[in-house]
Amino acid sequence: MTQPLSPPRKKDPVARTRQPTLPPSPRSRCAMGLTRAAALGRFELQVCAACQTVQYPPREVCGSCLSHDLAWRAVDAAGTLLASTTLHHSNDLYFRERLPWRVGTVHMDAGPSVVAHIHQDCPDGARVRLISRLDRSGQAVMIALPEKDTPHMADDPVLRETSCDPKFRRVLITDGKSAAGQALATALLDAGATMIFLGDPQPWRHVETYAALVQDARIQAVTLDVTDTDSVQRTAASIGGKVEILVNTADMAREGGVMTTRDVNVARDALDTNVLGLMRLAQHFGPALCARAADGMRNAVAWVNVLSVYAHMNLPSRGMWSASKAAALSLSQCLRAEMRPSGIRVINVFPGPLDHEWEQLTPPPRVTPRALAQAVVRSLQQGIEDVYVGDVAQEFCERLAENPKGLERELGA
Amino acid sequence: MTHGRQSYDGVVAVCPVTIPYVRYSTHSAHWWLGRALYELLRASGLQKNDVDGMCVSSFTLAPDTAVGLTQHLGMAPRWLDHIPMGGASGVVALRRATRAVQAGDAEVVACLAGDTNHVDSFRHTVSQFSRFAQDAVYPYGAGGPNASFALLTAHYMAQTGATREDFGKLCIAQRDNALRYAHALMKKPLTLEQYLGARLITAPIHLFDCVMPCAGADAFLVMSADRARALGLPAVRVLSTIERHNAWSQDPIQQRGGWTMDADELYALASRSPQDMDFMQAYDDYPVINMMQIEDLGFCEKGQAPQFVRDHTFTVEGSFPFNTNGGQLSVGQAGAAGGYLGLVEGLRQLTGTAGGTQVAHAQTGLVSGFGMINYDRGLCTAAAILARSEV
Repeated sequence: MTQPLSPPRKKDPVARTRQPTLPPSPRSRCAMGLTRAAALGRFELQVCAACQTVQYPPREVCGSCLSHDLAWRAVDAAGTLLASTTLHHSNDLYFRERLPWRVGTVHMDAGPSVVAHIHQDCPDGARVRLISRLDRSGQAVMIALPEKDTPHMADDPVLRETSCDPKFRRVLITDGKSAAGQALATALLDAGATMIFLGDPQPWRHVETYAALVQDARIQAVTLDVTDTDSVQRTAASIGGKVEILVNTADMAREGGVMTTRDVNVARDALDTNVLGLMRLAQHFGPALCARAADGMRNAVAWVNVLSVYAHMNLPSRGMWSASKAAALSLSQCLRAEMRPSGIRVINVFPGPLDHEWEQLTPPPRVTPRALAQAVVRSLQQGIEDVYVGDVAQEFCERLAENPKGLERELGA
Repeated sequence: MTHGRQSYDGVVAVCPVTIPYVRYSTHSAHWWLGRALYELLRASGLQKNDVDGMCVSSFTLAPDTAVGLTQHLGMAPRWLDHIPMGGASGVVALRRATRAVQAGDAEVVACLAGDTNHVDSFRHTVSQFSRFAQDAVYPYGAGGPNASFALLTAHYMAQTGATREDFGKLCIAQRDNALRYAHALMKKPLTLEQYLGARLITAPIHLFDCVMPCAGADAFLVMSADRARALGLPAVRVLSTIERHNAWSQDPIQQRGGWTMDADELYALASRSPQDMDFMQAYDDYPVINMMQIEDLGFCEKGQAPQFVRDHTFTVEGSFPFNTNGGQLSVGQAGAAGGYLGLVEGLRQLTGTAGGTQVAHAQTGLVSGFGMINYDRGLCTAAAILARSEV
């Protein structure tokens, strides 16, 4: 049975900080299908459209009937652990630093045999369920979990390594005065985060709920205005080395499109917060985060951008804001690539309309700040990279795949 | 059951040569293969131009293939093959070359296998071994073949009751044999205490279950029996061969190899039975594969190899002489040459040139190959029955 992790000790300031290494990342293009599904938290394998044979490892043509019509589909993830071994030797630096490491062969009910990472609570011969997760290199790997949840199972090394679990980690929430930021603070503490740095972009503005939150000894108020380079730099210098997860909730949301707005001032302000703000944060917090990406059990693990589903396609009634979110999405892809060598995961959260004051006129369903916060926590715990929150976002995602032009027409209607 | 297959009558294998193995080499694979060809010519008395067929196996020849090697060595063969089958390469090269000579497509075929081993080159070979390995094995701990065979070994032990002592007995017997073989890299005897107490690598694989990667080359010639006689070369007849790839793909984990599909034909074509074999040279990158070959090639019932191991000594002078030069476990694994090691030793046994490892009165022997853990199991299996040629 998994032993629960102990609270981390204070960092030894003299000891050398372990530098990040990554597990092997090369994959065939075909195998990237597994990564695509894992990034969304799904378990999919190729299934032959002609003969229904489930394929693994990923193939170009069906290993049974040679059809090239192989689609990635959700398949039964149950199986039996035929054999396992514990590595005490590895050819790869990443694994050498994490030995002993358990792997095994799982015979899936769906057909294939899968070489997988094996959770310690799975005895040989046991029934298991497979999940696919992104590892630190950003590529999908298969992990066999016990059929039913076991106590402290998330503390198993393979799950800890492939997730960004908030447990025992310290989190910076950039705008703690937003409804989303406050819901996140509570949810992350509930998930085991040891410290929340709660950003305050406007110390002159009194917000009752913010003031109440920072009474908690585990929450520390920090002045942080993402539109002010000096502010970002000062805060990063002060707490940057203690942040393991950064959640960027800073957002300037305003109504209005292109033609009817009389000037570009609001647009410029929105870009300053939503796009350049992300850039300032990345410049000042990113390097410290990356440097601590392999720093023991409480290593830096994730960067979370709270975007919007309208980052993918413009909502004309909030056209300028949508554009800023699209720009932020693009920038986040750059950040993701820049952070990949360290293993820091960049998680993009795409909620539908949020249930807060700036969406007063948006009809339901709207995503409550609490639901958003829980989705962020879940994505950290499960290592999901792209998170669609709420019914609007889920449906949007499907329609975007089905018929993007149709979706564009409907959003503009 | 021989499907009307032709015999290999009239064609022989001659001149087994080995370029002595070294742990690490600063040379490239071309050097090792070139040395092997040189030694073949020296041993046979042939000129380079007499060799009109060439068959090459090597993991470290990249970016070249056998084609590039012809120019490097200044050869103009009219028959050329490149066999990337790892541990099955030796037997497969033999069966290809024999048919080529039989059909008249070539008169003399040089079969060469060799690899270099630079410090750290093994890691590169393993990480890029195959597409399936890259996508679906190497990211899982990067344990290389140790991890793959640990899983097969753990499963085999659970199924058959084989113990570490059983595997140890094979390893120790091979080490005893290796002490009689000049080219073996392992020069010291191995005891059961040392075997059992060795460093744990990847459970249940411990240090002495693993082969040592090294550099080296092995080679032999295939030609007509008449030509060999004219050259005065002691020769070995090929009674029968088989090969099979990706057998039993529906088995969820490997517990039998392709030999089981073809063993009956192997013996029928040779008009021999397992009891007629004076020795066996098996592919031994891990001891579990020895046991699988002993079972799958009919020396005992399936799952009974552990008992078979307890009943025999496997030494040169004992019962069931097995991997008489020490095998890869004690000689070293020189990449693709590992697939030739048993074959050249078999040829030495049957040409009476085995020296210290000579099995008395060896007339007939079996050589088996196993290669290429492409994903979760070895895909290539091959075997040959060879016999001393009456001059």
